[in-house]
Amino acid sequence: MRLRSYVIAAGVACLCLSAAFAQQEPIAARQSLMKQNRQAAGALGAIAKGEKPYDEAVVKTALTTISANIKAFPDQFPPGSDIGDTKALPAVWQKPDDFRALATKLGSEADALLATLPADKDGVAAALGKLGPICSECHKTYRAPTN
Amino acid sequence: MASRWAKVLGAGVVVVAAGAGVAWALTKPDPHPDTYWAGLGEPDMVNGEHLFWAGGCASCHSAPNATGDALKVLSGGRALPSPFGTFHIPNISSDPGAGIGDWTLAEFGNAMTRGVGPDGEHLYPSFPYGSYARLSAKDINDLFGYLKTLPASSNVAPPHELQFPYNIRLAVGGWKFLYFNDRPRVELASADEKVRRGQFLAEGPGHCGECHTPRNALGGFLADQWLAGGPNPEGKGTIPDITPGSRDIGSWSEGDIASYLETGFTPDYDSVGGSMVEVQQNLAHLPKSDLEAIAAYLKAVPAR
Repeated sequence: MRLRSYVIAAGVACLCLSAAFAQQEPIAARQSLMKQNRQAAGALGAIAKGEKPYDEAVVKTALTTISANIKAFPDQFPPGSDIGDTKALPAVWQKPDDFRALATKLGSEADALLATLPADKDGVAAALGKLGPICSECHKTYRAPTN
Repeated sequence: MASRWAKVLGAGVVVVAAGAGVAWALTKPDPHPDTYWAGLGEPDMVNGEHLFWAGGCASCHSAPNATGDALKVLSGGRALPSPFGTFHIPNISSDPGAGIGDWTLAEFGNAMTRGVGPDGEHLYPSFPYGSYARLSAKDINDLFGYLKTLPASSNVAPPHELQFPYNIRLAVGGWKFLYFNDRPRVELASADEKVRRGQFLAEGPGHCGECHTPRNALGGFLADQWLAGGPNPEGKGTIPDITPGSRDIGSWSEGDIASYLETGFTPDYDSVGGSMVEVQQNLAHLPKSDLEAIAAYLKAVPAR
């Protein structure tokens, strides 16, 4: 009897813990996707600012990363993942269609840029000028300012 | 005996009346005299447009979710929730009936720099005249001239829905007595022209401090915490400290700050977010030299 209640208690504890981990997992996953996109934008920015020479392979890799990551991004917000170390605002879950549409918009823009591929420093700067405002448009409504 | 009570009562009335008189004198609407707004000549439209973008007029006064050219239609209609109730932002388009098309320069100028409406009433400081007070009469003339060139809208916004006692406009006079002035927010050691220009843009039209400086319970700025950040009035998170002591942007160079205001990218290529998005997109219309001036000012203010 006593043993059984310990087992049940332990089982419940495990469930709770795994639920807690399950909440941290999508948060970590989506933050990792965004970090990679930030680094990709940084690689483009270094070329746009003239800090690094134009390199077609770098541009291609960066745009491919942004495209792939942003398409996977909206799937990293399962119910319950609004709690934890996250800047995601409740609006993500209140207006999921609009949230998803903005991710699609960035993905399409990145794909369009990949199709024509910016050919020089100025082209890369122009590309960033197209991508950046879509980043901001989403961060305006769906991400809290600094924690 | 009755006469003694009458004397006491009479004295009481006199004291109260005198007190009310003093209170009124200290808190009554206080516009500039008409002569202040006279003889300013033709407006400089370039300066007027720069002030329009620096002032962020469109971020509140355009229609909800307006972008692009629609930002120049100042129809009002956005709702601004606050702890005091909901402000409904008015139409300031060039429409003579619904907007400010039939206002005089003095009426516009006193609203902008003294917080006094065209009927001589106090305006609520949700309209940041506490910052705009730093615009000169010439600046006001230029901005007014520019606003008149923007499209008219016949939209009429509903009246504010404020809780008692905030619905009493007279009470705004008390707030002004305590907190309203047109002096510099910080004394700067540097007399550099670029830093001075940045101080004007940031403390005046840019009204950076309205969000980036913490306030006390009565809505007054904590003077020794200028631009030190604070809670986000719109919900989750905090508005960052933007002084050189900031853990968020303290390490940014002047060039980093200017670049952020121009492109919306932080030095590590995160993007601008929240209510700063509209601010950044407005500021991107300014000449680069003005963005560099704001950056120089932010590097010159005391670290918090």
